[in-house]
Amino acid sequence: MAGVAVSTTINGDNVEYLCQPDETLLDVLRDRLGLTGAKEGCGTGDCGACSIILDDRLVCSCLVLGAEAEGRRVETIEGMAHGDRLHPLQQKFLEHAALQCGVCTPGFLIAAKDLLAKNPDPTEEEIRFGLAGNLCRCTGYDKIVRAVQDAASVMKGA
Amino acid sequence: MRYIRPHSMEDAVGQLAGSPGTAAILAGGSDLLVRMKGGFIEPDLIVDIKSIDGLGEIRETADGFSIGAAVSCALMGESAALKREWPGVVEAAKLIGSKQVQGRCTIVGNLCNASPAADSVPALVAAGARALIIGPGGRRTVAVEAVPTGPGKTSLAKGEIIEAILLDRRAPRSGDAYLRFIPRTEMDIAVVSAGVKLTLDEQGVVKSARVALGAVAPTVLLVEEAAEALIGRKLDEAALERLAKVCSGTCRPIDDKRGTVEFRRKVAGVLAGRAATTAYARAGGK
Repeated sequence: MAGVAVSTTINGDNVEYLCQPDETLLDVLRDRLGLTGAKEGCGTGDCGACSIILDDRLVCSCLVLGAEAEGRRVETIEGMAHGDRLHPLQQKFLEHAALQCGVCTPGFLIAAKDLLAKNPDPTEEEIRFGLAGNLCRCTGYDKIVRAVQDAASVMKGA
Repeated sequence: MRYIRPHSMEDAVGQLAGSPGTAAILAGGSDLLVRMKGGFIEPDLIVDIKSIDGLGEIRETADGFSIGAAVSCALMGESAALKREWPGVVEAAKLIGSKQVQGRCTIVGNLCNASPAADSVPALVAAGARALIIGPGGRRTVAVEAVPTGPGKTSLAKGEIIEAILLDRRAPRSGDAYLRFIPRTEMDIAVVSAGVKLTLDEQGVVKSARVALGAVAPTVLLVEEAAEALIGRKLDEAALERLAKVCSGTCRPIDDKRGTVEFRRKVAGVLAGRAATTAYARAGGK
């Protein structure tokens, strides 16, 4: 199979890579670019652990081909903190202990960031619906929901 | 395997028609990539249609709407005009998958994946939507219900692509609705589903009706007898009872882990009635 040359933007940086035509963007991020924040849970778009933002849309990177990123804008968990300064969502996930094993956490953070960008003041129900595409088998979700609520109020005050 | 991203429909059709092996069209990829990953399909050629001009747009015309093949369901949910005129269609599209899947999945993909349980299809059939198809022989338009021919199978010929879904402008005193039954609240495959569109006269009497049922036969059913049960009457209890009876009797469901034949028959009637009630209210009926 001939490789596909891709030129894209990831977390604000111009990035070029070669990938196979059937290689997912998730595999490109993790195995070619060393961006291992996005996780592979199911690989079929059910668990949300591989969530990224592609041109302002929340998507599962396991359901995107690496070749499709050509000319587009990719945001991953690696772009969420500014240096040592955590994003309010990351800070509140820590404070509320909204994670245990941590595999789902990057996906939840990206999905929550997308949710708050579109709806800065969500109700609890809106948060639960908005994060329904992300599965967590440890926390029971309550702590995650509370962390997102707290982050939303901090971000509104900012 | 080759991946190409044509910039014109003609190029896409030419590449698909000229491909010697298996070719797959990629729009949202939420079915295609899962099938590739599962080893169910290994296309020799992947034709990504998202760079074709206009395919990612919802266009409002004098006649109605043209929803391009690359329009994500999330984008449909953001179209105020589409939601106002065809709330049932938009609700159905918005039920497909999670927020992550919504950002990618398309109603054309949902139609061409040809699952009997596809959420958007009964709503589109009820709405009288048409598929604009382009192929080596030129363009043609068919009713949406003519596209799927069985689970995973469509009537599209080699080299043909559905370019857009066409919806008429909503007629006065019309309304549509879509409902499905799933055992949980979010993100599941319809066990039974129903789409209804009604047009009323000035007295609130049903003038025309389209009733479609999903997940109860190899393809979505357009139930003409169900429409007849409603036409010429207000949507009173007797009409709803007849509708439920006809729908339960017409469906040809299977037993599987998601529901039994008996359950699906019963629920088909219940959902058709509830969808009709919503469509009636949206049409201004009292």
